[in-house]
Amino acid sequence: MHTRWRLTLARVLILLAFTGILEILCAAGTIDPLTMQPPHRILLDLVHLLGSGSFNRAIARTLSNAMIATSMAIIVGVVAGSLIHRIRGLRDALDLLFSTWYAVPVLAFYPLLIVIFGLTNLPSIMIGFMQGVVAVIVTTLDGLDRVPRVLRKLARTQHMTTLETAWLITLPAAAPWLLGGAKLAVVFSIIGVVASEFLMAREGMGFEISYAYNNFDNARMYPLIVLVIVFSVTVNSLLLRWEARLARRRGLKP
Amino acid sequence: MLADAATPLVTLRGITRVFPPIAGGGQPIHALGPLDLDLRTGEFFAVVGPSGCGKSTLFELIAGLQQANDGTIAFEGKPITGKVPDGIGVVFQEDSCLPWRTVRGNIALGLRKSGLSRAEQETRIEHVLVLMNLVEFASHYPAQLSGGMRQRVCIARTLVMEPRLILLDEPFAALDQQTRLLMGEEVLRVWRSTSATVFLITHALDEAAMLSDRIAVMSARPGRILDIVETAWPRERDSRILEDERFGAISARLWRLLRDETIKAADAH
Repeated sequence: MHTRWRLTLARVLILLAFTGILEILCAAGTIDPLTMQPPHRILLDLVHLLGSGSFNRAIARTLSNAMIATSMAIIVGVVAGSLIHRIRGLRDALDLLFSTWYAVPVLAFYPLLIVIFGLTNLPSIMIGFMQGVVAVIVTTLDGLDRVPRVLRKLARTQHMTTLETAWLITLPAAAPWLLGGAKLAVVFSIIGVVASEFLMAREGMGFEISYAYNNFDNARMYPLIVLVIVFSVTVNSLLLRWEARLARRRGLKP
Repeated sequence: MLADAATPLVTLRGITRVFPPIAGGGQPIHALGPLDLDLRTGEFFAVVGPSGCGKSTLFELIAGLQQANDGTIAFEGKPITGKVPDGIGVVFQEDSCLPWRTVRGNIALGLRKSGLSRAEQETRIEHVLVLMNLVEFASHYPAQLSGGMRQRVCIARTLVMEPRLILLDEPFAALDQQTRLLMGEEVLRVWRSTSATVFLITHALDEAAMLSDRIAVMSARPGRILDIVETAWPRERDSRILEDERFGAISARLWRLLRDETIKAADAH
C-alpha cells in the first residue's frame, strides 16, 4: 500500500480507537452523562443542530469573523514583515516585542476593545487579528531571511522595482514560510475569536458554547465544540496539502 | 549586429574596488585594481585567476551590481553607475532558476518590460527553447531538471532579452567535467548564433582555453591583469580542440602565469 494511504489509515484508526474508548467509558458510566455525552450522541446532536438551522447565525458570525481576522493577520503581517525586513534598526528594536508577544494575554484587551468598538463584531475580530498577526510577521521575516542572495541580484539584472522584486521574487521565494505563518494565523485567529465570544459577546459559537456550558446543555455544547475543531482542522489540512504541493514542485520533501 | 573586433564594447579605466572593514574592526580589503581592460565587440573573453583575486567583483562591477571606488566603466560608451544597463545579460554561478515557475515561466520573466506583443514574446521564447534544447522541458519545474539543465534555463532567460553583452560567472562550476565540456559547446553555439560579446569568469583553465578568443590572467589580491593570452581559435570550434596541440600550449601558458599567484593566494589564506 502507498505510504500516504497507510498514514491516513493509521490516523483514522487512532481517531476511531480514541472515540471507541470514550464510547465505552460513557456506556460504562465511568464518564458521567452530565460531564460528557457518548461520541455517537454528540454526532447525532451535531447533525440535528445543523439540520435545525438554529445556530446558523452564530456559526456564520464566528466563521466570518475568524476568516476576516485571519485575512487581516496574513495581509498586515506579510506587508509589515516585508517593511520591517528592510529596516534593520526597526527590526532589532521590535525583536524583543515579537519574541515575548505570546506571553501577553491579548484577551485582557477585550474590555478596552469593547469600549473603543462597542458590542459589535470588531472586538472579536481585533482579538483574532492580534493573536495571529505577530506569528505572520515573524514567519515572514524568517522566510525573507532565507531568500537566496542570488535571487535578489537576479531581480536587479531584470530591472525590477522594489514592488516587483517583492511580488515576483522575494515573496514567492519565501512562500513556504509564509504558508507556515498562514497556518498559525488560522489557528490563533480562531482561538482569539471563539475565546473573545466566550467573554462578552452576545452571539457567535463561543457565546453559544459558554451559554450551553452555564446551563449544563451538553446536547448543544459538545456539537459546537466539535464543529469548531472540524473547521480549524479542515482549513489547516487544506493549507497543509497546498504546502506539500508547493514543496513537491520545488523538489523539497513535503 | 556583426562583430567588430576593433570597437571596444566595454572599457574599464583605473578601476579599483576596496571593501570597507567588516563591523567590529579589521582593515579595509583592497580587492581589485587599479585595472584597465577593453572588451571588443563580438569576442569571447574569459578571466582566470586564483581564488579570492576579485574575479567575481570584476564581474559584478561590469554588471552594474557593484560600484568601483575609483575609475570608470563604460558599456557602449555610456558609464555604468550602479545599475545594470540595458543590453547586458547576466548568468550567475549559483542556481538562479525560480523554482515556482516552469521553464517557460522562467524564460518569460526577462520579457516583462520588453514592450513586445504577446505573440512576439512567444516567438522569442520558442526560439530560445529550441536554441537551448529545452523544448520538451518547457512545462517542467526546475526541480525536475538536472543542474546542467537548470543552468541552461538561466542562460535561456538571459538570451531571450537578446543582450549585446553576456556575462557568465562560473556558470558550470557545479557541473561534472563531461557536462561542462558539452555546456561549453552549447555556449559557443549560442555565441556564434547571437553575435553577442561573451565575458566569462572561470577558475577552469581548460574551459577558458577552449572557449575564449582572449583570456585575461589575474594576479592574487588585489586583482590586476597580469597578461592577456590570445588563443587565435577559429570562430567555428567545439570541444574537439582539446586534441589540438595548441590547446596544450595555451593551457600551459595560463598555468605558467598563474602558478606563483595561486601559491601566493593560498599562502594568504
